[in-house]
Amino acid sequence: MSISNEEYGRMAKRLSPNSPVVTDCIKAFIFGGSICAFAEGLNIAFSYTSMTQEESKALTMIILIAITAILTAFGVFDTIAKHAGAGTMVPITGFANSIVCSALEFQTEGRILGTAAQMFTIAGPVIVFGCSTAALYGLIIYLFGLY
Amino acid sequence: MATRRGKTIITELKPKVIAFASAVGKKEGQGPLSKEFDEIYEDTTMGEDSWEKAESLYLKAAISKALAKSGLSKSDIDIICSGDLLNQCIGSSFGIRDFQLPFCGVYGACSTMALSLCMTSLMIETGAFTNCIAATSSHFCSAEKQFRKPLEYGGQRPPTAQWTVTGSGAVVLSKDGGRGVYIDKIHLGTIQDLGILDSNNMGAAMAPAAKKTIADFLSDTGTKPSDYDAIFTGDLGSVGSELLCELMLKEEGIDLGTVHKDCGLMIYDRETQDVHAGGSGCGCSGSVLCSHILSGMHKGKYRNILFIATGALMSTVSSLQGQTIPGIAHLVNFRKG
Repeated sequence: MSISNEEYGRMAKRLSPNSPVVTDCIKAFIFGGSICAFAEGLNIAFSYTSMTQEESKALTMIILIAITAILTAFGVFDTIAKHAGAGTMVPITGFANSIVCSALEFQTEGRILGTAAQMFTIAGPVIVFGCSTAALYGLIIYLFGLY
Repeated sequence: MATRRGKTIITELKPKVIAFASAVGKKEGQGPLSKEFDEIYEDTTMGEDSWEKAESLYLKAAISKALAKSGLSKSDIDIICSGDLLNQCIGSSFGIRDFQLPFCGVYGACSTMALSLCMTSLMIETGAFTNCIAATSSHFCSAEKQFRKPLEYGGQRPPTAQWTVTGSGAVVLSKDGGRGVYIDKIHLGTIQDLGILDSNNMGAAMAPAAKKTIADFLSDTGTKPSDYDAIFTGDLGSVGSELLCELMLKEEGIDLGTVHKDCGLMIYDRETQDVHAGGSGCGCSGSVLCSHILSGMHKGKYRNILFIATGALMSTVSSLQGQTIPGIAHLVNFRKG
């Protein structure tokens, strides 16, 4: 008797353990929340300087990206992210890590065709859809502004 | 000349295992089989600047060690048959380049150890080859780079994911000699695809192929699982092993019972080594065969075993194009005379 694909799919699903969703969500909330709270702390600290709000926002992002890049380069980021999951992936830390890890991984293939060409393999879609959405949003605002 | 019964090939010259060797990485060296490996290299870069070059050195180390243990010189070897997971099998071709021996590259994904043993057995059966080497290798880092994400990428692995073994295994097969361990039968598997799409669940993709090969072999030979001291599958892991036993019972009415063991579940300690569903990769079945299994046969612990290495024949391109994962399993029946 030969098993059908659907039946085997159900059998495989039954015997494959699921990810611990509740634990993962709690960890993601704690790590992600801590990163955002840290960033907000930086923002507040910068507000006491002569920086404008735009400048302090940019500097906060630069600091988060720099910390991520350093932790990725020293092989620490993936160990944290293994527990944090979406907590480190959703903030700008996830975006920074995806670029730095690709740049590191492909440096053996040379600076141009390795590091430079491959560094956006994971982050590329984020940039494409981010820019497309921004353009669409801009167009909507423009059209509404006409009236 | 070898003969065929169904899909199973019965050897006539009975290719002899005259030596074997395994070379593994740090993590494998910390696992339950640590005392059984020939070489454990703590530095998984092997002092090289790329993971691909490192993998080739693991293969080179295993072949050199097996050759040294066989007592043969390089010029006695007629051919090396090897394969790996990397594109165009560069792990093997660059690892074997310096030996200056005829080379037959094979690709069977993680089933390569059994495939290269099948090929070299048939070569010996022709009478044109006397001493052959069958080998394979895999490396966690080169496999991650090719099939998944860069090493430092901050992602989570699902519980069904397996850990690619960094290691290599090599067997010297010969028409004569050895200490009584020989290849009695071989069985080249048939591709099975039951629609699994998840590349993080290789065990589920490969289990139907293992089931098909074992069932066909048992039917061809008129034997049952209890006739064997052990039935070793390559790298089904915890999910694939459970699926294999359930499929076997449900479809064939055959209970594999306690005879079945999986190299992917033997090489790591799943409780402490964070490998989720177990080990995988060509080097998984390769290094376990060339340590625990064959030394167990030499010592007389096992006298009649089935070694079934399993492979998932997809690529990153086929996965991105939404294709399901075809599985394959090749079988080698080792006996001790």
